[in-house]
Amino acid sequence: MGSSKATEKADSKAGANAGEKPTTMTGARILWECLEREGVKTVFGYPGGAILPAYDALRHSSIRHILVRHEQGATHMADGYARATGEVGVAVATSGPGATNMVTGIATAMMDSSPIVCITGQVGSKLLGSDAFQETDITGVTLPITKHNYLVTRADEIAHAVREAMYVAKSGRPGPVLIDITKDAQQSTCELDWEGAAPKMRGYRPDLSPAKEEYEKALELIRHAKRPLILAGHGILVSGAEHEVKAFAERACIPVALTLLGLGTLPASHFLNLGMMGMHGEAWVNKTIQEADLLLAFGMRFDDRVTGNLKTYAPNAKKIHIDIDPAEINKNVKVDVALVGDLRKILLELLPRVEPGNHSDWIEYIRGLKGDTAVRDIQNLPDNGHLYAAHVINDLWHETRDRDAIIVTDVGQHQMWEAQYYKHERSRSLITSGGLGTMGFALPAAIGAKVARPDADVWVVVGDGGFQMTMAELATIVQENLKVNIAIINNGYLGMVRQWQEFFYDRNYEATPLLNPDFVKLGQAYGIRSVLVQKRGDVVPAVRAAHAHEGPVLIDFKVEQEDTVYPMVAAGAALNEMIRRPNPLIETAEDE
Amino acid sequence: MLHTIVVYVENKPGVLSRVVSLFRRRAFNIDSLTVGRTEKPEVSRMTIVTDADEDQARRIVANVYKLVNVLLVDDVTHHPALLRDLALVKVAASRETRSQVLELATVFKARVLDIASDSITVEMTGGEEKVDRLLELLHPFGLLEVVRTGIVAMRRGAKSPSVTTKAKAAGTVDDGTVSYSV
Repeated sequence: MGSSKATEKADSKAGANAGEKPTTMTGARILWECLEREGVKTVFGYPGGAILPAYDALRHSSIRHILVRHEQGATHMADGYARATGEVGVAVATSGPGATNMVTGIATAMMDSSPIVCITGQVGSKLLGSDAFQETDITGVTLPITKHNYLVTRADEIAHAVREAMYVAKSGRPGPVLIDITKDAQQSTCELDWEGAAPKMRGYRPDLSPAKEEYEKALELIRHAKRPLILAGHGILVSGAEHEVKAFAERACIPVALTLLGLGTLPASHFLNLGMMGMHGEAWVNKTIQEADLLLAFGMRFDDRVTGNLKTYAPNAKKIHIDIDPAEINKNVKVDVALVGDLRKILLELLPRVEPGNHSDWIEYIRGLKGDTAVRDIQNLPDNGHLYAAHVINDLWHETRDRDAIIVTDVGQHQMWEAQYYKHERSRSLITSGGLGTMGFALPAAIGAKVARPDADVWVVVGDGGFQMTMAELATIVQENLKVNIAIINNGYLGMVRQWQEFFYDRNYEATPLLNPDFVKLGQAYGIRSVLVQKRGDVVPAVRAAHAHEGPVLIDFKVEQEDTVYPMVAAGAALNEMIRRPNPLIETAEDE
Repeated sequence: MLHTIVVYVENKPGVLSRVVSLFRRRAFNIDSLTVGRTEKPEVSRMTIVTDADEDQARRIVANVYKLVNVLLVDDVTHHPALLRDLALVKVAASRETRSQVLELATVFKARVLDIASDSITVEMTGGEEKVDRLLELLHPFGLLEVVRTGIVAMRRGAKSPSVTTKAKAAGTVDDGTVSYSV
């Protein structure tokens, strides 16, 4: 069968070269043809009965198919692909369980505005609604977690659905779109009318722009602010407004605090960059927010993880909210001025009109707020022979800072330590699940990122808990020959949950200690070079060896088991009421 | 307070469930919802009555607008508008009470649809309060069965916001800038 496949491929190529590509073809071929013409080069998928016609037609396509080990992995890979590039990532699965396995990945992409298109097979149109084998109403299931979805029951609807889905996923505030295609729609034939299938939409308006007078109001507030602060979010990256944000901050002389997904949109080393805000943000950043008299929210949505208790949030500040999604305005925080539209366009409008500012007193004051932070920093504690996650992240940062590195994290303590200790200089150098907080995201998302940017150094930073949720994708790495490095921050606990139990549940460590497999042996079983690191001095050599090795590398970092992410704003607490790392000097005195 | 929101949607399968799903997911309340055809075969029209303050109402409008199949959203609460509810009311009426029921129906301009030996069924169309008032007055006779359609709404005067039914190519702005202010 292998040889006939090769011949087929050669035939179709010859046909294409001669400009004789048949315009009448099966729905399955139309699907790939349209994806190809939309610029899709790779899809992540898993076959099954209802999507088999599409898989059969894949031989006619130049699209690279990456076989995953679980459909959730396919969606995270598509998501990682999208976040690494800004291009739409595509995932494919069969009906029923294949489709429902995608749900977590779709919800992840929805919460973080990531453009992905999921294609699912569906039972034949005559069987719809009959509880046929592997039938699930996946358009119904995904209704609240997709930007839009399509149930396609005829071959001649496929081209339009694909083109519109690609457009909807990427335009405006991006998000996931699902196309459910019945088996008979894939099998029957029709003519491909590419031009006729161009998205023509009557309702969808992704391109809002602010009313003129809103600009004036915003400029007025900026002019009178004494203690202004920019809150930089994921929208900067989505809009491609990194340069404009930097120019704006510099011209108006306004310091910048970043959300988790905003990290990298302004270089960490920039003199106006204060660092991350929120639940595990820097204490001085949160204090700054509470004392500011003007907040400029750029492409962020005032998530509860960045605001703390809304009643006490930034009590003295006027607020200007720039976001592409009008439904975000006044959702969590009531604002004084809203500029709805594409951030980059809006900043280009504002830039020439904003007066050069000088807030050096304010910036000096913020520097003072840093206070004893350095003393509390785990990096500055006397070496007690233990390996801390902060050491690993810090050393990983040192070793990758001069490379084109993408760090893909999972969810939990290691994610927060990464955000605190890895100094991101470039946009799209951090990929992480923020809104949904999806454990198991990192490994598959990293695969997607590596496929999208093969020249980048992709590092997975993952906890021992989250790693085990999707570690089946190790096989995908090996089968696809991908150079992905994996740093397991292994503390033998579901660390973040354990931390909450420590603080709020009387140290009752219920269901958080983990009995783990030997990750080194596990990696080796997949044919991945795997090493164990338990001492601080071994971190850098291990990272260097990983860079030097051609194939994927897994490093099992056995770190301090009961370390805690500081500072922390407890749920429901005001942003400035933070739990701080105990001052080591005091602690040392007590020990003695 | 109650807001009356008119939503023009593409007449396609599943659009109603998208709108309803949105209300459920965002925990917006629905007091009543009607949906029907319009003068344009490709457009359906919903009237949604929802209990919301001004800020919530704005967010509802913004969220409904995000649905791809939604063509136009018009909160008519603060505009002169015609609001009509239709009720079918089956009320117990013996030979003794029949004339009293018929008298009330006449005063309220309700149409009598059916008279049986022990009941009368009337059709009442009007503003919600007027329908409420009739039901209140008929209550003592014994309401056997009541069904109401929920409000349908239309702005007064010649000028209603026009629905763009002309499809626009993706990525183009067809009729100038859509502006948004708080």
